[in-house]
Amino acid sequence: MLDYQQIRSILKNHTVGIAGAGGLGSNVAMALTRVGIGKLTVVDFDVVAESNLNRQFYFKHQVGFKKVDALRANLLSINPELILETYDVKLDSSNILSFFQTVDVMVEAFDRAEMKQIIIEKFQTEKPEIPLVIGNGMAGWGNSNDMKVQQYGNLYICGDGVSEVADNLPPIAPRVNICAAMEANVVLSILLNKVTNVKVKP
Amino acid sequence: MEIILNNNPDFVETTEKAITVEELLKIKKFSYKLLIVKVNDILVTKENYSKVSVCAGDNVQVIHLMTGG
Repeated sequence: MLDYQQIRSILKNHTVGIAGAGGLGSNVAMALTRVGIGKLTVVDFDVVAESNLNRQFYFKHQVGFKKVDALRANLLSINPELILETYDVKLDSSNILSFFQTVDVMVEAFDRAEMKQIIIEKFQTEKPEIPLVIGNGMAGWGNSNDMKVQQYGNLYICGDGVSEVADNLPPIAPRVNICAAMEANVVLSILLNKVTNVKVKP
Repeated sequence: MEIILNNNPDFVETTEKAITVEELLKIKKFSYKLLIVKVNDILVTKENYSKVSVCAGDNVQVIHLMTGG
């Protein structure tokens, strides 16, 4: 069994890629920073909007800031030793692999389903050795027990698999944060299972 | 034909020894626009649905993707 110092030192030596810095990405980054991940690579082209504050890890005074810049300020306020690589770029199928060549685990944190499909197809065909963690189905409220992690080989899907965003099913803090926390939790199980004999389920 | 579908044993109504992914999706009524399909842990992209076949015992995973994040 690992003690807490060993856990911290393992995490410090690993890099996690996060595609998107919205509801999922900003909160996954926050959780991984708190547990002492060594390096994060985060890519997002967007700007913090008032409407993001219902779920994303940003503050009122950051509205109008580039998300990657606001996130940098917030994460370094938690851990100034975090090595943080950020890119203010709109990801698509032609550029997505180039930013995450050396990550140990990849986290999908897009909102649009089309982008989720692109990242899965690119990574699972061209970088199948990198574990990929996806958020899928977290709109609305309640039904906490429906949130789950399903493993498909090297692909891990977090969420309820049914709740798509709609006018009457908004993405709001509690369930989006549950999903983001599940993604971060899967990352930990992947990184720590690599080095311990006690295998924890993702 | 017995396969593993989404990590559970499943029966596919067919007399063929092998069917394509496209046929499987039709039989199992997966009609969503955005799907991820893996056969024996290998990703099958949409343009290959009619080329890749599924046989008894295969491990097939079909995931419906939805917007939100």
